[in-house]
Amino acid sequence: MSNQNSQSPHIILRVVSKILIPLIALFALYVHFHGDYGPGGGFQAGVIFASAIILYALIFGLEEAKRAVPPSWVRICMSLGVLVYGGTGVATWILGGEFLNFTSFAPDSTHAAGQHWGILAVELGVLFAVTGAMVAIFYAFGSREPDLKDEDW
Amino acid sequence: MGGITPTLFLDMGLLAMLVVVAMAVVRLRSLFAIVMLQGVYSLLSAAWFVSLDAVDVAFTEAAVGAGISTVLMLGAMLLTEREAKPVPLQKQLGPLFVVCIVGLAMFYAVGDMPAFGDALSPANSYVGADYIAATKNEIILPNVVTAVLASYRSFDTFGEVVVVYMAGLGILLLLGLNGNAGKWRAKPNGQNVGDKKGEQS
Repeated sequence: MSNQNSQSPHIILRVVSKILIPLIALFALYVHFHGDYGPGGGFQAGVIFASAIILYALIFGLEEAKRAVPPSWVRICMSLGVLVYGGTGVATWILGGEFLNFTSFAPDSTHAAGQHWGILAVELGVLFAVTGAMVAIFYAFGSREPDLKDEDW
Repeated sequence: MGGITPTLFLDMGLLAMLVVVAMAVVRLRSLFAIVMLQGVYSLLSAAWFVSLDAVDVAFTEAAVGAGISTVLMLGAMLLTEREAKPVPLQKQLGPLFVVCIVGLAMFYAVGDMPAFGDALSPANSYVGADYIAATKNEIILPNVVTAVLASYRSFDTFGEVVVVYMAGLGILLLLGLNGNAGKWRAKPNGQNVGDKKGEQS
């Protein structure tokens, strides 16, 4: 983007979003790991994490965002999510249980620890897949549009 | 459940605002305003879901509907014109007919729906009640939604993840991550734009 220097007309947006973006990413992690206790989970967290990256791309330009989060990572992240989810199911197979029956992770646990581990692993897969897919879709569409003109703001 | 409680009043207000926003979306011609109003619509429905105690759904609606899809719609809007073309009257008659028939069918179906908040409705009894009762002993998680979504309905969620993945994969196969597969050139407002390398051709 051309308005990369300090004379940018969007200086307030830049300063505010620089503070906000790490907080949004942190909030996504909170939503993810707190999904067992409150509203939220991998899907919501993934979308929030993706929106942090998209906000960065909107404010600082797509090229900057692609340097921070390279498109190849996005592709890997997307596929890794499905692999982690499916892999959790295969792991339960190997441990002797049914596909995605998480009890086999800790069959002797009295507080359903196997279920907790399984849910965490599965939600991690959802997080990766959703983040990757959302950012990939944004990159694909965003890359073919012209830069935002100042009168469009 | 007698009389007008504040919650019922809030629900009615939010639903009325949804109708107003929907009407505005139908009437407006400026695509930018329409995209923004669609975000408002999602946010209003998220507020309504919170009022119905469906916080997980509200969370998703606010993040996906008001956040991501607004951005994607804006991205799509930048590739096209800023104003929608007016539709001639005779072309509106067919859709109006379909809307009337479907609307009447829906009003006909309302009679078969369970009453709002009915504890004996199919959604609240049978397997749903079983999950809520069993989560305390089998999963031991405070959030029943997560337990159902990730453990009892794990197959469904796997399917959803694959759907999200396929959506991303489909877009990547069509456009490529850099949006230039097939070297298609966008023409917003009639002026030719494209990737930086192909600009002089």
